[in-house]
Amino acid sequence: MEKPVTRDPGFYVMVAIGLAVMFIAPVMLDLFTIMQITQYVVLSVFALSLGYIWGFGGILSFGQAAFFGLGAYTFAVASINMGSTTIPMVLAFVIPTLFGAALGYFMFYGRLSDVYLGVVTLVVALIFWKLINHTAGPEYSIGSARLGGFNGIPSIPTLHVPGDPSAWLDPGQMFQVFMGFLLVIYVALRFLIASDFGRVSISIRENETRSSLLGYDVRKHKVIVFAIGGGIAGIAGAMWATYQAFIDPNSVSMEMSAKALVWVMAGGVGTLVGPIIGCILLQWLTLQLGTVDVVNSIAVLGAIMMVLVLALPKGIVPTARSLLLGGYILWKRNQGQAISGKVVKE
Amino acid sequence: MTILSRRKFLHTSTAAAAATLASPIIARAQSDTIKVGGLHDLSGALDAVGVPMNQVFQMAIKEINEAGGLLGREVEAVIYDPQSNMSLYSQYATQMALRDQVDVVMGGITSASRETIRPIFHRYDTFYFYNTQYEGGVCDRNEITLGTTPAQTVARLIPYGMNLYGKKVYTIAADYNYGHITAAWVKRYVEENGGEVIETEFFPLDVAQFGSTISKIQGAAPDFVLSALVGTSHLGFYRQWAAAGMKSEIPVMSTVLGAGGSDQLILTAEEGNGITASFGYFEEIDNPTNKAFLERVAQEYPDKDWVMSEISEVTYEGMMIWADAVREAGTTERDPLLEVLTSGKAYDLPAGKVKIDPKTQHAIRDVYIAELQDQVFNIKESFPDSPPTDTQMVCDLVENPDSNQHFEISL
Amino acid sequence: MDYTIVVALEMVRAVAWLVLLASGLAIIFGMMRIINFAHGEFLMLGGYTVVISTGHGVNEWIAMLVLAPIVVGIFGVLVERLVIQRLYGRILDSLLATWGLSMLMIGGVTMIFGNSVTGVATPLGGMSIGAYQVPRYNFVLIFAAIALLLAIWAVLKFTKAGLIARATMQNPDMSEALGIPTRWVYMATFGIGSAITGFAGALLAPLTGVVPTMGVNFIAQSFITVITGGASVITGTLSAATLLGSISQGMTFLTGPVYGDAALLLAALVLLRLLPQGITGRIFKKSL
Repeated sequence: MEKPVTRDPGFYVMVAIGLAVMFIAPVMLDLFTIMQITQYVVLSVFALSLGYIWGFGGILSFGQAAFFGLGAYTFAVASINMGSTTIPMVLAFVIPTLFGAALGYFMFYGRLSDVYLGVVTLVVALIFWKLINHTAGPEYSIGSARLGGFNGIPSIPTLHVPGDPSAWLDPGQMFQVFMGFLLVIYVALRFLIASDFGRVSISIRENETRSSLLGYDVRKHKVIVFAIGGGIAGIAGAMWATYQAFIDPNSVSMEMSAKALVWVMAGGVGTLVGPIIGCILLQWLTLQLGTVDVVNSIAVLGAIMMVLVLALPKGIVPTARSLLLGGYILWKRNQGQAISGKVVKE
Repeated sequence: MTILSRRKFLHTSTAAAAATLASPIIARAQSDTIKVGGLHDLSGALDAVGVPMNQVFQMAIKEINEAGGLLGREVEAVIYDPQSNMSLYSQYATQMALRDQVDVVMGGITSASRETIRPIFHRYDTFYFYNTQYEGGVCDRNEITLGTTPAQTVARLIPYGMNLYGKKVYTIAADYNYGHITAAWVKRYVEENGGEVIETEFFPLDVAQFGSTISKIQGAAPDFVLSALVGTSHLGFYRQWAAAGMKSEIPVMSTVLGAGGSDQLILTAEEGNGITASFGYFEEIDNPTNKAFLERVAQEYPDKDWVMSEISEVTYEGMMIWADAVREAGTTERDPLLEVLTSGKAYDLPAGKVKIDPKTQHAIRDVYIAELQDQVFNIKESFPDSPPTDTQMVCDLVENPDSNQHFEISL
Repeated sequence: MDYTIVVALEMVRAVAWLVLLASGLAIIFGMMRIINFAHGEFLMLGGYTVVISTGHGVNEWIAMLVLAPIVVGIFGVLVERLVIQRLYGRILDSLLATWGLSMLMIGGVTMIFGNSVTGVATPLGGMSIGAYQVPRYNFVLIFAAIALLLAIWAVLKFTKAGLIARATMQNPDMSEALGIPTRWVYMATFGIGSAITGFAGALLAPLTGVVPTMGVNFIAQSFITVITGGASVITGTLSAATLLGSISQGMTFLTGPVYGDAALLLAALVLLRLLPQGITGRIFKKSL
């Protein structure tokens, strides 16, 4: 059973770490490293979006990048046209949420389940990818923003202080703002999961039939969870667009969707910290591999994925958790103390 | 206005941050080695193109070092593999500019990758050489562009084809920026020469089945087909074209085939025979510089499974031209180097004579038309000193040195 | 008139093409509920087998019809023993592991064979239908697809092995209880599925460039065909391929390849909304 968030020490530890990184990193680290970590922060938000709907709603999306890309393109088009980034950021949440709700309605009220659900989300992302790749010609522009097809949209504005489009954030400030986003989303998700709504969605994940027999509207619940996940992925996409200052169809690609799956999987399904850790680890690894000249980096990454699935099927965080718990029990035993049943159960 | 202020803002703030944090590194770098960045895809979808570029790049550096380095210092290569992924391009570009503090960067293959890294190098004042043939239009004082553009190649290829085969042209092109712009140029040159483009079709980069198109082309019965198809999936066209027995019926010309140095090897001799292409370099070029160059390459990479192509040779040119300018200017600072580079000096390179046009900072170079026969391109005609007239239409860096854009040349 | 025939032929070819692409995957997914994300790379391996062996003087047809299925089939058995067998019942883990495998294969083949290998020319040349030239090889594809489906049908329907396979597919626990060694059945199934995929890849080799990354372009089409088809291997694959192939090829002729692809995806989406378990989840339920 989930503890109330406010009584979970882990929650405070995470928030404290987050705040510490947010305020200390810009002072301690050089510019390049800051920009580097900013990337992990952005992708962590994306990982959280899938970690939430998969781990706490039981919805497995193979096409989470559709929302990521939708948010990114929404932000790019809106901010280029408006010359400001505040409203586009809001739009990058609202539009993917609405799209998620619509797609969720289409799927869950059509009683699609497991693999079929995965494939439908994958197909939607693929359609996006095909169509956005097809927008190379000059006829595909929205306002003053050319969609650019395969080459994508360059020169996307940097985030600025709301209401003052000339006050651009420098990389350090941008990092802090993004870190703030990540923390807020993490905290919000923790509370959402611990709320009545969250408990119901977990019960649906565990047993859909029983939940519906208990009188909960399973389909409506799933649509809402899916839409929230879509909105968060959309924000991540917008952050990505403004961080990189360009966006291209890669953001909607199968690779991007699959990356999110691997992060969540590697970090641990059913946790929120896991996807973040998985994302940071694997992204860092990808980057390191590109600096090594000897071996083919794609092959190494593939091998690591296989080993991960075979050796750590539960993911890093749950495995570490049970190892720690096991160690704790052993230690208690060595202390000669009786173990209360409650500890074991937890 | 806003763009300017933003750049300026970023520029000052990041430069300040970089200066305070990285000053010891800069000091060490100056006494130690001269660093040259290489950004070519060594894995992923574009590796067949990136690997030869990178090998030639390393060979050029070795050659420079064997001749005693530059300014009494050794030249060191900083190489990253962006894995055919635009986000990694942006990552490594930032890393080269801020952390490694390289003196110059060679690299970028697709226009998408160039447009990803060009603004980064511009922002951090890292001198940048782009060595790939592309659709034209880059106007950036921080970039030297040495590859050919459509005004150099397509403009020669079209009249050549129309003379030989006739005036009705069917264009098939890859569905992205390069394909669209090239197709527009094809239309323009065909019409200028009194011909007609009867149809233009675009194909997503992952399309591998061309049966329906081949039927459509047969229905339209053009005098020749002009292909701006890109990538290995699109090689399927040439293969299926030959399979349908069309080789003897309608000739094919291409603006891309052979650009990477592996297409002509992947296609069998029967499939490739008779396809005509135009580039700034072919292995067959007959001059002593080229002979010596190819010999060195064969020595350095005896097991290579690629053919020297324009983009690899031009990568070599980039290193050599830059090194020459460094020797002459006595520094690696960008502005003195630019002065030397745009002074109208002609460089004697494997591809022939190369000059840099001060207006566009693109190359004025010899362009060749060649026909594929038994997996080898045989040169049919050459056009010395071809200027990049397309980019010249939109770009004048002498007038507007602050320009920082990739113009879409509208026709 | 000639044009109509050519268009119709192209449509049939597109259907045959999807059948070839998807059959191996359908067998593996339909029988074992394992998603083989390295499917595209298995195709690539089939293509490489043909290219390398013909490069060493082996007859093209032997390479395509015999060598490629054997090589990829053996490779499939190895993969099953080393990786897949640990992942039964974990549909998602199998997806991720095979995705890793696909990257490993792309990188591995690049390291061993390099990026560019001369392909094989399409055999048989062209023939004319009225004013049009079409490759004779198209008929090879169509014939191969028909033969493949017939063979699978015959094996499932008339042989003991087929009976065992069908029993395992319907109820693995019951079959195990009746003494069927389901682990061996799974291994054989994976091997045969891989062999068929290798065969498809071999037939593909003369049509496109054979490069390590070629698999990526086919994986989505194969999947969508299998999932839209639903649980039955033959009817599912055939009905989905017919529907999707003719829709996309029709659109390609009318508008161009982009909308052809988009139409294929959209059709799959609508189909899955109407028939959430795939075509054979509702219609032709009892079929093979």
